[in-house]
Amino acid sequence: MIISVASGKGGTGKTTVATSLALSWGEGLFLDCDVEEPNAHIFLKPHINERISVGIPVPEVDESKCNFCGKCAEVCEYNAIVVIKKKVLFFPELCHGCGGCSYICPEKAIREVDRAIGVIEKGRSGNIEFIHGVLNVGEPMAPPLIRQVKKHINTSTNGIIDASPGTSCPVVEAVNGSDFCLLVTEPTPFGLHDLKLAVEMVRKLTIPCGVVINCADIGDEEVARYCENEGIPILMTVPWDRRIAEAYSRGIPLIDVLPEFQNSFSQLSAAIERLGRG
Amino acid sequence: MKQLTVISGKGGTGKTTVTAAFATLSDSHVIADCDVDAADLHLILDPTIERSEEFYGGRMAVIDGDKCVQCDECVRVCRFDAIKDYTVDPISCEGCGVCAQACPEGAVAMVRHMSGHWFISHTRSGYMAHARLGIAEENSGKLVTLVRQQARLIAEREKKEYVIIDGPPGIGCPVIAAIAGVDLLLAVTEPTLSGIHDLERVVGVANHFGIPVMVCINKYDINPDNTLRIEGYCSEHNLKVGGKILYDPRVTKAMVSKKSVIEYPCGEVSEEVTRVWQRVEQQLKHNESQCS
Repeated sequence: MIISVASGKGGTGKTTVATSLALSWGEGLFLDCDVEEPNAHIFLKPHINERISVGIPVPEVDESKCNFCGKCAEVCEYNAIVVIKKKVLFFPELCHGCGGCSYICPEKAIREVDRAIGVIEKGRSGNIEFIHGVLNVGEPMAPPLIRQVKKHINTSTNGIIDASPGTSCPVVEAVNGSDFCLLVTEPTPFGLHDLKLAVEMVRKLTIPCGVVINCADIGDEEVARYCENEGIPILMTVPWDRRIAEAYSRGIPLIDVLPEFQNSFSQLSAAIERLGRG
Repeated sequence: MKQLTVISGKGGTGKTTVTAAFATLSDSHVIADCDVDAADLHLILDPTIERSEEFYGGRMAVIDGDKCVQCDECVRVCRFDAIKDYTVDPISCEGCGVCAQACPEGAVAMVRHMSGHWFISHTRSGYMAHARLGIAEENSGKLVTLVRQQARLIAEREKKEYVIIDGPPGIGCPVIAAIAGVDLLLAVTEPTLSGIHDLERVVGVANHFGIPVMVCINKYDINPDNTLRIEGYCSEHNLKVGGKILYDPRVTKAMVSKKSVIEYPCGEVSEEVTRVWQRVEQQLKHNESQCS
């Protein structure tokens, strides 16, 4: 079973929940798919033993073959390639690697070369198999890297996916195809508003979901009320506790600073087992 | 007219709280909420929408089943595994159009589809441009650019001094769209290892685009040692620290009452955020005198 952890709003405790859930299992696969700002390694402290560069295929134009017909520019939906008189300009950051330009070129003047956009690092944290993607700084497109991270999923091993905040393409890429999505929120107006968006997202993707309320005593009752009305199970609550906040700040997992949570995470796993698909 | 973007790298460090406070403190500005896939600023500023427009981000492939002869050519050329059983999965489709080019029967049409809305609103703290990207939609960068453009147009028309932009978390395309060409970034961070790690990456993006950064340390008392580390990092990299904000549960109370931390008294927090705004304003004006 693959469990994704998402939130809508940032900073609600996705990584806190995802890493402690993994540690409560003590095994399985952990995929940090927040490739823009991956943080799980800070808590799981994996021993990294493999680094793989990840690229996307981008065009390289052989100007000796090119007759500057401009068909490549015409077909490119992202304006990544432009033909001006006797010059082909290419803007690598805009290229999605769709291959349209090389496909269309009547002169076969375009070949594709790999352009690195980030790196995948693999390692182990105890018996947990750890994989994360790190997007290169200045690189706009996270989804191709997330796709590569997710290629490491194998159906025989249970896994946890830590997603980025928000509800747009990188989150969808990370969460899509998982058997259950755990939505971590906080009981505040921002937390609730973004939780609703996240719920809409998982429903569109037809993934069963449940909620963890973090900092459960800081705001109001609206998140609990919303979950009840929508029939979304609240699977765990974590109180605001200075000890948790301080441990988090030092990279210490929740389950290590408050071992009594081992039991809560076991119950959480059991509940997900019941609710998840597959 | 000067533009400021509030960013953070890591989510949930207090970008929107700080932006809402600036909206209360500044007396000549337009606000732009550029966290278009999880916009929250409207929950504080309570906008009255004056103009609402549809946003068409990109196109999407649609296969005409009557024309399709199931030759599989589209499946073969699609790099995004978006075509299954001769239907296009709108979530995986990147709108590249290669399948439409490849189809020998002309059965694939590229269709523009609405992927969100953008708004011009009036709030008690002035004009605001904001948006809502549809669920699971792409092209957030384009929508961010559009929101910024609208905010700038109003600022020019109304002769406002600043466009104050609430940025998205992360370092990817919507962040790059939210910071491109602005005069100053305020990076709101927290004294946690995650906060520091993410701050360094977002400062990297700022340097990549040559934009000056000021740093604000939120909840600095949660870990004083890490706060010292951030200050050390800032002085090493020649970044000004705009202020250090205490952890105070009243900040959440202010949010629950739909008020900024200036409108809802939060003691030392309100005072420090005011000082941060003064330093930001000074820096924006200083940039101006340097340019002229």
